[in-house]
Amino acid sequence: MSTYLDISHVSIEFPTPRGSFKALDQVDLKIAKGEFVSLIGHSGCGKSTVLNIVAGLYDATEGGVMLGGKEVKGPGPERAVVFQNHSLLPWLTSYENVELAVKQVFKGKMNRKEMHDWICHNLDLVHMGHAKDKRPSEISGGMKQRVGIARALAMEPSVLLMDEPFGALDALTRAHLQDSLMEIQADLNNTVIMITHDVDEAVLLSDRIVMMTNGPAATVGEILHVDLERPRDRLALANDPRYVDYRAQVLTFLYEKQKKVEPLDKHREAKKTPIVRPSAKQA
Amino acid sequence: MTISSLTFKPVTNWVSQLSIKNMLLPLVGILVFLAFWHVGASKIQTSLGTFPGPAAVYEQMQNLVADHQREREKEAEFYERQEKRNAARIEKDPTYEPTVRPYTGKPTFFDQIGTSLYTVLAGFLLASLIAIPGGIVIGLNTAVYNAFNPLIQTFKPVSPLAWLPLVTMVVSAVYVSDDPMFSKSFLTSMFTVTLCCLWPTLINTAVGVAAIDKDLLNVSKVLRLNWLTHVIKIAIPSSIPLMFTGLRLSLGIAWMVLIAAEMLAQNPGLGKFVWDEFQNGSSQSLGRIMAAVIVIGLIGFLLDRTMLMIQRYVSWDKSQVLR
Repeated sequence: MSTYLDISHVSIEFPTPRGSFKALDQVDLKIAKGEFVSLIGHSGCGKSTVLNIVAGLYDATEGGVMLGGKEVKGPGPERAVVFQNHSLLPWLTSYENVELAVKQVFKGKMNRKEMHDWICHNLDLVHMGHAKDKRPSEISGGMKQRVGIARALAMEPSVLLMDEPFGALDALTRAHLQDSLMEIQADLNNTVIMITHDVDEAVLLSDRIVMMTNGPAATVGEILHVDLERPRDRLALANDPRYVDYRAQVLTFLYEKQKKVEPLDKHREAKKTPIVRPSAKQA
Repeated sequence: MTISSLTFKPVTNWVSQLSIKNMLLPLVGILVFLAFWHVGASKIQTSLGTFPGPAAVYEQMQNLVADHQREREKEAEFYERQEKRNAARIEKDPTYEPTVRPYTGKPTFFDQIGTSLYTVLAGFLLASLIAIPGGIVIGLNTAVYNAFNPLIQTFKPVSPLAWLPLVTMVVSAVYVSDDPMFSKSFLTSMFTVTLCCLWPTLINTAVGVAAIDKDLLNVSKVLRLNWLTHVIKIAIPSSIPLMFTGLRLSLGIAWMVLIAAEMLAQNPGLGKFVWDEFQNGSSQSLGRIMAAVIVIGLIGFLLDRTMLMIQRYVSWDKSQVLR
């Protein structure tokens, strides 16, 4: 397996009023071209930070990211991001949102007609061709996320970064979009890093699942290779013993090895203010 | 039969809803107000007679309309006389080149409304031309924002009456021309309006630009948009809802400030009308001033509604509650 994207020894510290906070510690991950990798872990474990470092939105304090033999410096369209809450510009239509990206990436490389065809092609890819002239406020959450994916795909990225792309959607819409994504992936064979909270989603979509330890100073805990032949069918897999086993392995990691014990009332404990009941006050 | 009842029913429903919600209730409010006004006014004795009630104000309003019509007739007669005179002179001496002298009668109430509207819009437009680009620049950069914020907060609450003497002196000193395009009183009023009304637009635009969704900023970074594209495609559109909130506040302030400015600068608008009537001190004056108060209020209301309509049309955020 040749390495296409190399995340090596990445650590990051954020300055806080009470000294620096080490969010990631020595994260190492090598990803081959066309591989679909999921990052899974408890919330606050630094999954998004890893993604943001690859995207170039954060600078690693130590280590770095190499893409196709070149070091990643700053954000760029070759590492397109699909954000959790779609992040479409609300004043532009679906078409115009994709157009903004296409114009930026293919300026001078495509003529007007080619751009138009490319925009329409990408919208059709996510089955949003019919709503190309609608604004984000006029379409549903799932549809917005589709347009967000179309926008990212239209940049023809070397790596597609997805930050919990389906996290804000209901279960049915999510399943639908997962199927769409698998279809697109079969066609285009993109290199993808996806953050997810959803164990089923990780097993269904990924070639590898990277499980992260809890922060602070989070790092890669275990890596699980998912050897299920594609195309994958969620119904057939539901009773497949291998699928069940992969699922169990991820769950074991998350809920036994990295069990997250968080005080329920973290906030109040931090402030050290006891609960005072109104009745106690008077006494 | 069935068809007519089917089509008729929604229409009657719509009419009844419209009349109760939009017409009847405000009408009740107005009637209650008129009643209180009528009773209250009759109890206040001033040196200029009883405080004008609704009837007196209505009468003065009619007088103002009549004055206006009379003045227009006089003006038409003046031009007619002048034309005849010139024609007669040309008949005697074909080489005579007639000079047309403009009518110099005093401006009527409605002329003054026109002057006021013109002045306020000029001042508001100038303020917007300064405040919108200024707000965008301030909003884009935290350092610039921090540098200018104390100044903005200091100048924002300054009364127009404090600015006015300064503006008057500066206009007199700087605007020296043999053939002035604008009268000094107009410029003084306009600049005072500008100085007082640019702040809400400036602040709201800056806040709107500064409050761009972090995700949209990330989109801009990932796309590597250059500064200009970022400003045009992301910063300005996202600030439009707040920008218009500012513009509406500014226009409201502009209209309020204008009346005060015109009073002192003697710009022939509604402010001067009120001041002249006050100085005049006839038994009709208070009625006329009250009529002006109502007209000023109605115009302010219409200006705000106009801005609201523009905002509805321009703003992308159709979910924003506009009222």
